[in-house]
Amino acid sequence: MKRFSELYWRLDAITSTNEKLAALQDYFAAAPAADAACALHVLSGGRQPRAVSTALLRQWAAEEAGIPLWLLEECYAQAGDLAETLALVLPPAATGTEPEAAGLAELIRTTIDRLRSEPEERKREIVVNVWRRLGMQERIVWHKLLTGGCRVGVSQTLVARALAEVAGVDPAVMAHRLMGRDTHTADTYRQLLDPEPTEQDSRQPYPFFLAAPLAQEPPELGPVADWQAEWKWDGARAQLVCRGGAVAVWTRGEELVSAAFPEIVAAAAALPAGTVLDGELLAIRDGRLLGFTALSRRISSKRTTKKLIAEVPCGFVAYDLLEESGNDLRGLPLAERRSRLERLGPPAVNAATVSAESRPFADGHTLWLSPCLAAASWADLAAARATARSRGVEGLMLKRRSGAYGVGRTRGDWWKWKIEPLEIDAVLLYAQAGHGRRAGLHSDYTLGLWHEGRLVPIAKAYSGLSDAEIVEVDRIVRSTTREKHGPVRVVEPTLVFQLAFEGVALSTRHKSGVSVRFPRISRWRRDKQPADAAGLDELVRMIGSPAVTEPTP
Amino acid sequence: MPDLLELTPDGLYCRQGDFHVDPWRRVPRAIVTHAHADHARPGCARYLCAAPGKLVLRERVGGGMPIDTLRFGESLTINGVRVSLHSSGHVLGAAQVRLEHAGVTWVVTGDYKTQADPTCAPFEHVEADVLITESTFGLPLYRWQDPAEIAAAINAWWRENQAAGRTSVILAYALGKAQRLAAMVDPSIGPIVGHGAVMKMVRAYRDSGVRLPSIDGVPPRARKVGNGRALVIAPPSVAGSRWLRLFGDVSVAMASGWMTIRGIRRRRGFDRGFVVSDHADFPGLLEVIEASRARRVLVTHGATEALARLLRERGLDAGTLPTRFMGEAVPDRRSAAADANADEAEPEDDDGADNDDRGHDRDDDGADDAESAP
Ligand SMILES: [Zn+2]
Ligand SMILES: [Zn+2]
Repeated sequence: MKRFSELYWRLDAITSTNEKLAALQDYFAAAPAADAACALHVLSGGRQPRAVSTALLRQWAAEEAGIPLWLLEECYAQAGDLAETLALVLPPAATGTEPEAAGLAELIRTTIDRLRSEPEERKREIVVNVWRRLGMQERIVWHKLLTGGCRVGVSQTLVARALAEVAGVDPAVMAHRLMGRDTHTADTYRQLLDPEPTEQDSRQPYPFFLAAPLAQEPPELGPVADWQAEWKWDGARAQLVCRGGAVAVWTRGEELVSAAFPEIVAAAAALPAGTVLDGELLAIRDGRLLGFTALSRRISSKRTTKKLIAEVPCGFVAYDLLEESGNDLRGLPLAERRSRLERLGPPAVNAATVSAESRPFADGHTLWLSPCLAAASWADLAAARATARSRGVEGLMLKRRSGAYGVGRTRGDWWKWKIEPLEIDAVLLYAQAGHGRRAGLHSDYTLGLWHEGRLVPIAKAYSGLSDAEIVEVDRIVRSTTREKHGPVRVVEPTLVFQLAFEGVALSTRHKSGVSVRFPRISRWRRDKQPADAAGLDELVRMIGSPAVTEPTP
Repeated sequence: MPDLLELTPDGLYCRQGDFHVDPWRRVPRAIVTHAHADHARPGCARYLCAAPGKLVLRERVGGGMPIDTLRFGESLTINGVRVSLHSSGHVLGAAQVRLEHAGVTWVVTGDYKTQADPTCAPFEHVEADVLITESTFGLPLYRWQDPAEIAAAINAWWRENQAAGRTSVILAYALGKAQRLAAMVDPSIGPIVGHGAVMKMVRAYRDSGVRLPSIDGVPPRARKVGNGRALVIAPPSVAGSRWLRLFGDVSVAMASGWMTIRGIRRRRGFDRGFVVSDHADFPGLLEVIEASRARRVLVTHGATEALARLLRERGLDAGTLPTRFMGEAVPDRRSAAADANADEAEPEDDDGADNDDRGHDRDDDGADDAESAP
């Protein structure tokens, strides 16, 4: 535990990529396989189910510290991090106690795993025992593991590079080996470090090539003819891997979701063996897009029922061919991969008719080919992009025809040219202290719009303001607080912010009757008074196409 | 029986004795607990402070106005009110003010700490009927380590920087913390350099008889100082300033009780944070309150509401006393900054506004579309 805790704090303290890489290498080179396997799971952002509720932890910590629970909550509000709050208020480990010698795997097995099965009265004993054995820094890390919130600021690419270095294999091979593996054991960890190519290497998806947001003017990319343009679908990025008679569906989050999409798996079974397609999962009903909200019901559902499949049927729109007859095509130019993909034969979606009104997805199919948009000039593409919102897509993708399929976020060949966000002026109603680096500053805001003479909350948005502005807003929040409810302050409506978001949908789960997607604050409208803020009806009018509306269950 | 102290627009006032304690504005007669800017305002007609703090207070309020002194424990009767000063262990000459009138005793602690400090007298427990206590760190989050351990950590960091050819810059309040740090570290490691604001107070400390290791000032028009070997002690306002360029490659650490909280440490972008405070930690506050045997406690500065509520739950008559900037117009920019950071900045950050240039990003990114109706 000590070694992992040291890695955690070392990674926390440094910012340079090279130093982080060195820290990871040091750790993996020294840690026993069982510990390294657990660490890898955490570093990869793997699922860490909560072993005990934070309510119980708070209660026990308050008891151990001899303070009332409300005082612990006050501490949490100031520190902004529960794991840290608990570690700080608890009595220090008795002097003379040995630092925790058990390894990470051992500690997880004897405490965190046991906690999941033990009855509540035993849980307290286990937790309190560990508290008495751990130092401050180790306590914080252990709390994060315990509550399922242990996040470390390293990218998957960096973890793969460190392991590749330790194993002595190519980073791409390691990235490939790591993909889709959810849990690790000492054995699977040792296999990862195998310097020779393994059978595993050929069973997994490829690391996804990611597009960067287009920052320059499109003409700066050169002649439009060098670029392939497609719609940017509002779905979930995925790879269909068909090898050895089996089909796997992997999302970009490296999750195996085959079980959630039986109709796609069935359709892909007809593809030749040794085929890997890169594309997008989309919810499509009656030939029309249903939008991301609908799709997420399918992805997140624990049980994929017939009823759910009927309500939210899904399909896969392919836009790249990464493997053909078992051969890795990623090194070929996109133009070549594209023509092979077209020869493979999924029916193409009619690009011109992708819209909420028409039915661009012909009946009787589940696999599609993402259409390329014909364009004689950048102006043509700009015009196409301007129609994106009404079509239920997010904008355009621009891919260099001569480019290979890269790894990760390599810039230059793939760009996403998204539509501008929607915007509305809203009034600050509640503010809450931020966490992490914004601990103690009120930086999470709930904004409202006018409705029948009152302000109704419509969205909670993290601040996109500058640091100086956040400090200023914090001061105003403190001086205009009307009521305090724990960490939340209800303020006098005095501040107007421009809220940016990606879409609006009707929602029964929200008091206002609408939900906005990816809300964030884009600007402080110092020039406006609360009375100048928009009405709820204005937001409702932005519900443009039914493509982004939740289907009625 | 009227209260011995009441809150007026000028600050705490003793009507019976006709004097103020740590007034916020210019008054005819000010008893001053210590020379930090939020306690000692210039321009009063006459001051009274503890004898060891006279030179430091003079440095702060300037020449001209008379400063009367009392030795710790010595008493003086002003208009029938018996006044005595008792060490608060906060900085050189920092005192608690004890007032006695008609058989009732009030004690104003001012700022205090119970930890040992080689540069000032230790805290003295004083009994009172009514105690006015500070509560800067009045939450159980704050529990100070043994100063020897912290000194060892600072020494180790200094050596580490030397090995890497970096100058060590430690940020600390110019009055008190800076001198305490100089006395804490191991001067055999390398030269100690002080910022001008620090040196002014170093001289006042030395003139008052406090022994400090050798500390060099920064010569005017110096081009390069420290040579990757020195420990530079400077006020927090120099963070990110051009002045730091004098020292080449630097590692910047902050010495403050607030460095307990990781979020604050990271937000401020310091390379290191050392938890060194001249205020009492939470156990220290409770210990002092208990030892005072006061039945009535007024809490001021910091986590006042929480501490007062806890004391009430423990059976004391406890309330809060508003701090300086509450309820009055913000007089100047510096105060506005102090006000904005009232929950964060140590109140005696008198060396310029608390720097708000905090480079940071969020830990928990991603947006949430759920509303949070409280
Ligand atoms: Zn002070
Ligand atoms: Zn103070």
